[in-house]
Parts: sequence; structure tokens; C-alpha cells
Amino acid sequence: MSRLRSDRRSFLKTATAAGVAGVLPLSLIELSFAKPADNFTFAYISDAHIQQIKGTSFVRNWDRGLIRAVAEANLLTPRPDFVIFGGDLAQLGSKPELDHGAELLSKLNSKLYCVMGEHDYYLDLGAYWSKLFGPQQYSFDHKGVHFVVLNSILTYDDWTFNRWPSAEQRMAEMAGLDNPNGSPFLVGQKQRDWLAKDLKKVSRNTPLVVLSHSPLQKIYKGWNFWTDDAEQVQALLAPFEKVTVLYGHVHQIQYNKIGAIAFTSAMATAWPWPYPQTYAQAESHLPKLTVQMNRADPFFERDATGWQFIDVHTGRSDVRYNLYNNKSRLVAYNEQTQQPEDVDYQSPERRTASQSHF
Amino acid sequence: MPEARRVLLLSAGLLMSGALASFASADANLGLPPVPIPADNPQTADKIALGDKLFNEKRFSSTGEVACATCHDPAKAFTDSPLVTSEGINKLKGTRNAPSVINSAYFTSMFWDGRAPTMEKQAELPIINPIEMGLPNHDPVLKVVREDPQYIAAFQKVFGKSGERITMLEVTQAIAAFERTIVSGDSPFDRYYFGHDKAALSPSAVRGFDVFLNKGRCVSCHTIEQDRALFTDNRFHNIGVGVNRIQNEINDFAPRFLKAKADGVDVDNAVLSNPKASELGRFAVTSTLDEIGSFKTSTLRNIAVTAPFMHDGSLKTLSDVVDHYNNGGITDPKAHVNDFLSGGIRPLNLTDPEKADLVAFLESLTSPRFAAQGAAK
Repeated sequence: MSRLRSDRRSFLKTATAAGVAGVLPLSLIELSFAKPADNFTFAYISDAHIQQIKGTSFVRNWDRGLIRAVAEANLLTPRPDFVIFGGDLAQLGSKPELDHGAELLSKLNSKLYCVMGEHDYYLDLGAYWSKLFGPQQYSFDHKGVHFVVLNSILTYDDWTFNRWPSAEQRMAEMAGLDNPNGSPFLVGQKQRDWLAKDLKKVSRNTPLVVLSHSPLQKIYKGWNFWTDDAEQVQALLAPFEKVTVLYGHVHQIQYNKIGAIAFTSAMATAWPWPYPQTYAQAESHLPKLTVQMNRADPFFERDATGWQFIDVHTGRSDVRYNLYNNKSRLVAYNEQTQQPEDVDYQSPERRTASQSHF
Repeated sequence: MPEARRVLLLSAGLLMSGALASFASADANLGLPPVPIPADNPQTADKIALGDKLFNEKRFSSTGEVACATCHDPAKAFTDSPLVTSEGINKLKGTRNAPSVINSAYFTSMFWDGRAPTMEKQAELPIINPIEMGLPNHDPVLKVVREDPQYIAAFQKVFGKSGERITMLEVTQAIAAFERTIVSGDSPFDRYYFGHDKAALSPSAVRGFDVFLNKGRCVSCHTIEQDRALFTDNRFHNIGVGVNRIQNEINDFAPRFLKAKADGVDVDNAVLSNPKASELGRFAVTSTLDEIGSFKTSTLRNIAVTAPFMHDGSLKTLSDVVDHYNNGGITDPKAHVNDFLSGGIRPLNLTDPEKADLVAFLESLTSPRFAAQGAAK
């Protein structure tokens, strides 16, 4: 990494040659692009799950994850144009949790855009969150890219308004996995109408970046890795030539493409999904386990968590995952295959075999 | 294993004098694996003897007063204890506490921040660091070994080379070969755990071993395996030492350091002369964000005779060290936890008896030969 390269191709080559060995090309980004005006970076932090235990006591592990991501994002050089927080700032949507999370986010030295998560929403249906962070759906233009933020974690009115005796129980039911009492996420008719209207003023060749908390696609219903009206939302996005959907919620790395829409997920700063029961010497506050996942190093609370920073270039997004105790990973848009691809591990023979025994 | 044993016995036989004689005991490396020997630098008796001589060579410093052995003194368990940070030429003070050479052959990278990949590469740097041995370059070293009759004979015998054909490669290979003989196990813990001598540890140390493995979370980085105990994972962790002093300045300082590095500033020089740069730890070497303030896990063998502790020598006693970890990565319980703290560090809630037991366990990791040095203090 000792030589600064002046074009994107050699930058990517350099990154690949170094195996993306956990090295963030901090000072390289600025020099990476032929037309700097068209390219920019932003950081993307998601799923902090700030959780109040009692009074001023919050779960230390989740606090540390967000504190560290914020501190590291502040060191990016050149400074990212802005930071996205991808939702689930709180665990159970309470004022103390949202306040504490907002205070930790306030240390960011870049402009912040926030996305609504279900853990932020289902206690008071987003009222306090909106007071802190503003509208739940909005759009903005940045250096030729049209950004859209959606509240994708709504659900059917009957479930939201008629099912539960208390707001607390409604929140708790939506927070569970594999919960037969849960309900699939929705963008909803009203917001889809808003989206259709918002996109009318955008030309078809303008790159779109859509930020949602849940995936705007159907992956696994039991954990709500799912948006029930995903096809209808995708249909609104389909006419555009370059669309990227960035989502949180899944606490793991996912990427795929449906039509012209490239999807890439974010890691959580709190815990990986799913995860094993590990290291239970102290009360862990992890949600109840459903399915085991290999976890490289259960000793390190930050292991298998992370955050990402994103290069937007020629309308496509390359997502670099900063992963603690692990090698960074880069999911970049491959212009030849027209797919988002892991620069290092795309081909099966490059992958690390799963561990079956600890 | 036979290879390592052979080397050990060989070196002990060679160096004869009391200093290293205890290595000749059959179990001197109880608890240790074979020493890794690089294929391109095989151990020979003559090479080891030459390395020993070079290790003590003061002419490799600009003042003629500093050798490797100045900060890695065999009489002080190959450290400069009780100095907080090491002193080079003209009593210039560096930023780091001298790590012991004992068992450093097992490290997979050298220096506290791993900035040298091998022992051979490590040996090159202090000689030309302006704070340590202060030479402008390696030419004066080569002049000595190419012109001194004793060295001429030794390099001819060991490497079959003379004159211009002797380079820093041969010099550092000989030093590294010597350092690879400085290994030592057979502590009371080794006799207890690997030798199955239940009387080798005090009851307090036995209880401390349990704390070490469980509630203290020590073993996750200071590793013990079925047939060996290196007490290091050879990785880098931010444990809240040093970095806590610069945490308010990192936002400004870290990007400036990277820029300076890109502009050609020498990392070895910067981290030993600039206290702020030093506390960036592994980040200064790799520029990797999640390594800010992280340092290599040191071995715990002979730790009780090498005070003070940590990369900056900032903790005076083992009790202080235990308190620092017990507080979750802060020495003063009221201090601010640094933002980049390793996910492995958290408050431990150890009781006072548990802390005392843990210290007793750490004190049981001293090899017989160095126990005498500790007692002499």
C-alpha cells in the first residue's frame, strides 16, 4: 500500500493484491477516481440495538460496538460525505434507549441520515424517533445520485393497532425471531405512492440508492428477512438503469441482484445473526437463540460485527466491510458480470471452509 | 522436538559458563514446543557463538556504549528492568519497555507492534534507530565485522564469507540464531501442568490458575495448549494501555500520522521518538483502523522478574496489571474507556482474593534460572 495510485483500476488491483488484508485504503480513496466530482464515499453504520438495563445502565457490549464504529468512521480520510445509520438504534424503542443512542451518534463528525428499524418503531410507532431524527421516509440528491430512505418495517394495520393489549407487548412481539405472533414487514401502499411520486422527477439514467432497514426482497420469513410488498417496491425501481438497495436488519453480509437492482446488506455493530450460545460467564443480554452459527472467536464481543464504508462511483456502490478481528471484505460492483461480487471470496475455491467443531 | 532439544543442549554446552548452564537440564524447556528454525538460517554451534558475540557488541552503536545486551541484559532476564522505557545512546529515552528476548523465538512477529516480521529483520532496526544505537546506517557495522580479525575468522567459519560478501543478512542471521537459544520453560506451572507434579504450585497459585482460565478471561489471548504454553496468541489487541493518554487527540493525530507515513516518515523512528505515534500501536504499522492502540500479546513466562509491565512500562506491579484488566481496560476505575477497546476486554468483577490468587499464578511462571534473578532484586 506504499504507492498511491491515481486511477480506480489500479486502486482495486492494489486492494486485491493485498488481499484486502484488513487495510482500509484511507488515503487512497481520494486519488482513486478519474473524475473525482462523480465519486464520493459515505459510511454506513447499522443495528446498534442500544439496550437499557435499568436507569442509566445500558448493555455495555452494544454500547461499545456503536462507540467504536463512530470513532473509526470519524478517522476516515478523506472524510466521508455523510454517514447513514441503518436502523435499530434501540432494542425496545424506549426514549432512554433512543436518547442514549442519539448521544453516541452525536460524536460523528459528518452529516447523519437515519433509517427507521423495527426496534425503534413498535413501542410508540416512531413518534420519539421522528422527534430526534425527522421524517421516516425522505429523499435527497448528492453528486448526481438520488438517495431514497424508506421506512420498510411497517406491517398490516390490524396487527399494529388491534392485536396487542399494550405498546410494550407489541414491541416485544416484533422483536422476536421465529415468533408465530410476529408479522411480515411492509413498505405499504401510502409509502409506495409517495415513492412513485418522488421517482417521477428523477431521470431513468440517474443512479438510485435506496436505504431501507429490512431487505426489499424476500429472504427468510421466520426472521423477517423479508418485506411483504417487495415485488411492488422493486417494480417502482425497475425502470431505472442503476439501482442499489442497502439494508441492515440481517446482521450479516448478503449481496445479490434482481434485474437492475443490486442489493447489499450491512453488518451490525451489536451482534452477528445468527450466533451461537457462547461465553456465558456473565449475563449476555443476547436475544434468545434459535439457530447456531459458526462464530470465529466467541471471546471477542466485537467478533462477527462491523460497519461499512461505501465508494459510490459511476452510479454503483462498492461496500467495504470493516470487520473486527477478521479481514475486511469488499463487495464491489463488477461491471463485466454486472453483479455485486466479493472481491476476495467470490469464487468457491477462495472461500474459507466452515468450522464444524470448536 | 528432537531438533529443539539438540539446539538447547548444544548451546548450553557451548556457552558453558554459569549463565546458560541451567538450560542443560533435561526439562529446561518443559512446557515449550520445538523452537521454530527458519530453513534459510539453520542453527550451528559456531553461528550461535558468533551471534552471542554480536549481541554484546557495543561498537554497533554511535557512542560505542550500547549493545543489544544493554536493554536485553542476561542478568535481568534479558530486559532492562526496572527501567520504564529503554535508554539508548546518551541516555536517550525511547517510548517502549524492552521486551525480554527469552522465548521471543516463538513470536510470529517482532517488536510490540510487530513491525518486523522475523528475528533477523528485528535485529537490523535498533542499530540505526536514533534513540537506540544511533548509527546513521549499517555501514559501520559492516566495517567492524569485515575488518576485526576475530570477526573475519568467525564469519569465514560460519558463513564461508569475507569482505564485501559479509552483509547485514549474515550479521542478523547470527544474532537471531543466538536469540533462538534463549528459551526457557520448566516453571513451577510447567511442572504442575505438564509434569503432573501437584505439589509444584501453591494452593493460591492453583486457585489463580482457575481464575486465569475462567473468570479472568486471560487464557483467550495468553494461550495454553495441551502440550505447550506460549502464553501468547501472537495477535494485537487494544487493552486500554497507552492509547488512553491520547484518546482526545486521535481524531486529529491519526490521519496526520497516516499522511506523514505516506510522505515517507520512517515508522520505526517515529514510534520510538514520538510518544503519540507510539500509542497508535499496530495501526502505525498497518494503517488498519481496527488496530488503533493495539499491541502484541506478550508472553507471561518470567513476567514476575521483568517489571514494570506493558508496552510503555506504565504498570509497576502485577497487581496493577490485574486491576487494569479487572476494571475493563482502564487503570483508574473512573477513567474514560477508550473508544477502540478490544471486544475481549470487559470488567471482570474479580474479588480481592481472586486477584491475589491470579498474581500468585503469574508468579509461578518463572523459570528456575530467572527465579534467582528475581530474588536478587
